[in-house]
Amino acid sequence: MKILVGVKRVIDYNVKVRVKADNSDVDLSNTKMAINPFCEIAVEEAIRLKEAGIASEVIAVSVGTSACQEQLRTALALGADRAILVESDAAVEPLNVAKAFAKVMEQEQADLVILGKQSIDSDNNQVGQMLAALTKRPQGTFASKVDVEGQSVAVTREIDGGLRTVKLALPAIVTTDLRLNEPRFAKLPDIMKAKRKPLDTTSFADLGVKAKQHIQLDKVEAPAARQGGVKVASVDELIQKLKDEAKVI
Amino acid sequence: MSYLAPYRDMQSLMRQAHQALGLSQFSSLDDYDLDLADAIIDEANKFASQVLAPLNQVGDTVGCRLEDGQVLTPPGWKEAYQQFCEAGWLGLALPEEYGGQGLPKYIAQPVNEMWQSSNLAFVMFAALAQGGTEILQKFANDDIKDRYLSRIVSGEWTVAMALTEPNAGSDLGVLTTKALRQSDGTYQIKGQKIYITYGEHDMAENIVHLVLARTPDAPSGSRGLSLFAVPKYRVQDDGQLSEFNDIRCTGIEHKTGLHGSPTCSISYGDKDACIGELIGEENQGLKAMFILMNEARLSCGLQGVALGELAFQKSLTYAHERVQGSIAGQGRVAIIEHPDVRRMLLDMRSQTYALRALGYRIAAMIDAKENSDDHQHVSRVAQQIALLTPIFKGFATEQANLTAGSAIQVFGGMGFVEETGIAQVMRDARITTIYEGTTGIQAKDLLHRKVRLDQGAALDELLASMRTDASLAQSNADLGLLAERFEGVLNTLEKVQRHILSDQADITELDAVAVPYLMALGGICSAWQLLTSAYRAAEQQDQDKEYFGNVMLLASFYFNNQLPKFEASLHTVLQSGSEVSQYRF
Ligand SMILES: Cc1cc2nc3c(=O)[nH]c(=O)nc-3n(C[C@H](O)[C@H](O)[C@H](O)COP(=O)(O)OP(=O)(O)OC[C@H]3O[C@@H](n4cnc5c(N)ncnc54)[C@H](O)[C@@H]3O)c2cc1C
Repeated sequence: MKILVGVKRVIDYNVKVRVKADNSDVDLSNTKMAINPFCEIAVEEAIRLKEAGIASEVIAVSVGTSACQEQLRTALALGADRAILVESDAAVEPLNVAKAFAKVMEQEQADLVILGKQSIDSDNNQVGQMLAALTKRPQGTFASKVDVEGQSVAVTREIDGGLRTVKLALPAIVTTDLRLNEPRFAKLPDIMKAKRKPLDTTSFADLGVKAKQHIQLDKVEAPAARQGGVKVASVDELIQKLKDEAKVI
Repeated sequence: MSYLAPYRDMQSLMRQAHQALGLSQFSSLDDYDLDLADAIIDEANKFASQVLAPLNQVGDTVGCRLEDGQVLTPPGWKEAYQQFCEAGWLGLALPEEYGGQGLPKYIAQPVNEMWQSSNLAFVMFAALAQGGTEILQKFANDDIKDRYLSRIVSGEWTVAMALTEPNAGSDLGVLTTKALRQSDGTYQIKGQKIYITYGEHDMAENIVHLVLARTPDAPSGSRGLSLFAVPKYRVQDDGQLSEFNDIRCTGIEHKTGLHGSPTCSISYGDKDACIGELIGEENQGLKAMFILMNEARLSCGLQGVALGELAFQKSLTYAHERVQGSIAGQGRVAIIEHPDVRRMLLDMRSQTYALRALGYRIAAMIDAKENSDDHQHVSRVAQQIALLTPIFKGFATEQANLTAGSAIQVFGGMGFVEETGIAQVMRDARITTIYEGTTGIQAKDLLHRKVRLDQGAALDELLASMRTDASLAQSNADLGLLAERFEGVLNTLEKVQRHILSDQADITELDAVAVPYLMALGGICSAWQLLTSAYRAAEQQDQDKEYFGNVMLLASFYFNNQLPKFEASLHTVLQSGSEVSQYRF
């Protein structure tokens, strides 16, 4: 069984996000970047399936600039077998990414695609669903448990008020939620081996995908600075403030 | 997050060192390029901040316990050790032949810095494994190498360095632990050692004590010391462990800091059943031990950088959060708005940045030495490393204590209270100027063995490299003034050099100013490194105005606020008087 995993390069979650002076975008120049945490969970799940003898090959795929090689190397160090970079300097938009994945999925004859449910930079939560629609394959989103059984996969999903388990015929698309697993740390010898694992570069054009711009970014603003708190003297005062000032009750 | 690697600084200073030593010319380092270095420090940062840092305060508050001769390390230590070894971090710069990764030092240095920042008490075993491996590789016979090395590199066994005795600390020549030659070629070891780091613990199945001891017919003093591998459990011919080797931990110290790291009193051969294997030749022990000691001294200097960084990070976070006092037009402000607090933060940051640059440069020098096949070049670089070792060890650890002190000051009353964790940094830093040779011992090593012995030749060469870099900086409009001032300080240093080397020099008087001399050189090396960084920053300014602009400000801040103190130290040396010998205590 072949698994494709998505790896997105995003701002490191430890880094304080800065907005460009002209409010045109988030300032990413010289900031530390990392694998999107949900993608890390996807990579981990795929590697576990390989370690369990269920998957035969794990292919990490990223769409973005050549700098994404860094994150693909990390995925290789964690245990992916090879990597594909769909190189593009344009802004990474969900529909374009989904189209690229659909092509790679077809070319690689992948049986399972595991993606993060969303990326921590734009929080769209769309690629998995779009990919399922484009390929007309079943989807199991927000997975907290993944069990491959023969030609199908059982995915336990985190939904409002509980869990729902769906059984999908392979090939299928799964997107990961936070509780699916706890990603491992890469081992030093594997970081060094990752340098020698194959990393192929392709492009939207090579894949025969027309990348269109669907989204226009108008402006980005930093959240309002938090106001300092106050101590209230009594519960009554608290209730009164919640009513009159915060207007939440 | 209680610690995050200063990734940007590390990347930038790794490059600075890599370039300064021309490491890209060595094809043997082709596989270890800067991209790989970046990937490694990225991953090490995760381990340091997510696994080691959370255990740092636990180690401090819970500490180690001794029960029935067994040392119990703090909760979480054992699991972290296992994780550390399994992830391959112990083998970082250990030889590939025995299962290590054999990475060059220029990559190992920032990684080690992260371990030491995130949890110094814990990671003390790593430098011991590094030094121990080097000793065995260079001096032990093949049989010992085969039986011990791969186990040490994998972390299954740890190394302890057993030198100090109650009456032999700075002066190892007077130690009395005995080694009796036996008919089978092994030795019976008998004696008491104190202050042995990780001399006993519960993290690995065996502990290899490298013990300095004296054979019965040995000459007195340090020329009569031999070195032995003395395992806690004996190692059979086939490498398997056999019986207990009569090594007992009789106590662990209650210390000011480093509570998580056991500092053990060890008794060897109480029942006359402690067997050691000779490493190298009899009476050559100190020579072998010097390898470990030099390694340990450089590692100890890096501890200064690491603790300085930790102190700075904690102070910066606190200064942003603590609201106190007001500023006209701004009302009540976080203390980071006060110029004096900013001054303290810049003191910490500029000194730590400079010493990191120096530490990384020394690491790259070791790589250059080990990978070059130009013998003349190798011996010149080796001389420079030997000269810089006492400066880096002595100065970086002294400055870390000042930095930790300033950090407490930034915290105000909360700094003196234990719960913020900043007091731990101060307490942990305190030992760094003492072990691996006190600052006083480093200063004498510098003055006599590294400067007077070769008539200042190595120092002249260091000065020449400084002048080359300074004249480069002079060509830049923004740095011309700094470079000029730096040249001025170097001129004073040359005057000091003549003073020290003069035939009339009074040794007692010189010894009394050896530490100020070391401090002056440390400050000058720091200024040199900052000037170099500033020059590189000026060249790259367009890429990131804020970061590189800040680096240039660090340099001029250091020149204004710190360098004058070290110029003053040069004058102290020039004015060395006889008060210390005349005063009646
Ligand atoms: C936490 C900790 C861990 C340690 N780990 C180890 C270990 O793993 N293995 C090991 O073998 N040892 C270890 N040590 C011992 C350490 O190396 C010694 O404490 C150190 O070398 C100083 O020796 P001392 O304590 O006897 O001090 P002393 O030698 O008594 O020094 C006291 C003072 O006198 C000065 N002084 C002494 N001699 C001279 C001189 N000739 N010229 C000028 N000044 C001088 C010193 O600078 C110092 O200021 C450890 C110590 C501690 C506290």
